[in-house]
Amino acid sequence: MTEQSPLWEVFVRARRGLAHTHVGSLHAPDAELALRNARDLYTRRQEGVSIWVVSAGAITASSPDEKDAFFDPAADKVYRHPTFYEVPDGVAHL
Amino acid sequence: MNGPFDFALALGDDALIAAQRLGDWTSRAPEMEEDVALTNIALDQLGAARLLLTYAGELEGAGRDEDALAYLRDDREFRNCLLVELPNGDFAVTVAKLFFLSAYQLPLYAALAGCGDERLAAIGAKARKESAYHLDHASLWVRRLGDGTAESHRRMQAAVDQVWPYVHELFAPFPGAPVDPTTLRAAFDAAVDPVLAEATLARPADGWAPAGGRDGLHTEHLSYLLTEMQVLHRAHPGAQW
Repeated sequence: MTEQSPLWEVFVRARRGLAHTHVGSLHAPDAELALRNARDLYTRRQEGVSIWVVSAGAITASSPDEKDAFFDPAADKVYRHPTFYEVPDGVAHL
Repeated sequence: MNGPFDFALALGDDALIAAQRLGDWTSRAPEMEEDVALTNIALDQLGAARLLLTYAGELEGAGRDEDALAYLRDDREFRNCLLVELPNGDFAVTVAKLFFLSAYQLPLYAALAGCGDERLAAIGAKARKESAYHLDHASLWVRRLGDGTAESHRRMQAAVDQVWPYVHELFAPFPGAPVDPTTLRAAFDAAVDPVLAEATLARPADGWAPAGGRDGLHTEHLSYLLTEMQVLHRAHPGAQW
């Protein structure tokens, strides 16, 4: 195996009820082995109950160059944040 | 050979020597991910070996602990099967060895989990889940290499042919053992045959069947392996991490 196997992104769900979270990536020749490798690399210490692997090529990502256009316009729109409500007394965990 | 002590010792030695051989791949596997996988499997085997050898020492009642059994016996006192002491060869040979070993250990540990000896049953219940994963991992590689390129097919078939004679020893009768190894052969065949077929590999004909490991009669390879495995403990008795 002189050329390296394709890259896979790994998502692990830590507990029932939580969402799968990206934890890292790995190399594997195919999806089945990627899943096994992910089990060995990312759930050695009982980090999860479910694993997804996705071919890195299948992910369409936003570009760092587009950061301004993508994210900056949200910065001055404070009315999108729920900060204009009176919190009733006795609500501790809103 | 007789009784639970010899049986626990034989299974413990199988796991210990398999762990030592697999450990050779650490930092040398074809890819980092496979490196971690093989090392994990080696650690599983080592864990089972520690439990089995500790229990063997208690059954013997001569005051030998796991370290005394692992580090202070000579080759003629080891009871592991010949399969695990064979050199790693190329990656295909390593995969073939792991494939056949785990296809034997899985039904063995499953049977142990239901046996009358509480300690062995607990060890079997723990180790069977690990063995199921080892078999799964080895099967994946047998299929990929066997049904891969012309070169990987050639090497995988050569590895299966080379290792096959050593599987028969695993199913020889073991007087006084809580599990009769001859009863495990059907489960072994049921695990191995479909994978070989899917991998487009020919199941070798049964013929030459070297044995002797359970009686302490080993290949020359074991002596070299033990020399390396035991040197530290023999130079510094009782050394601890």
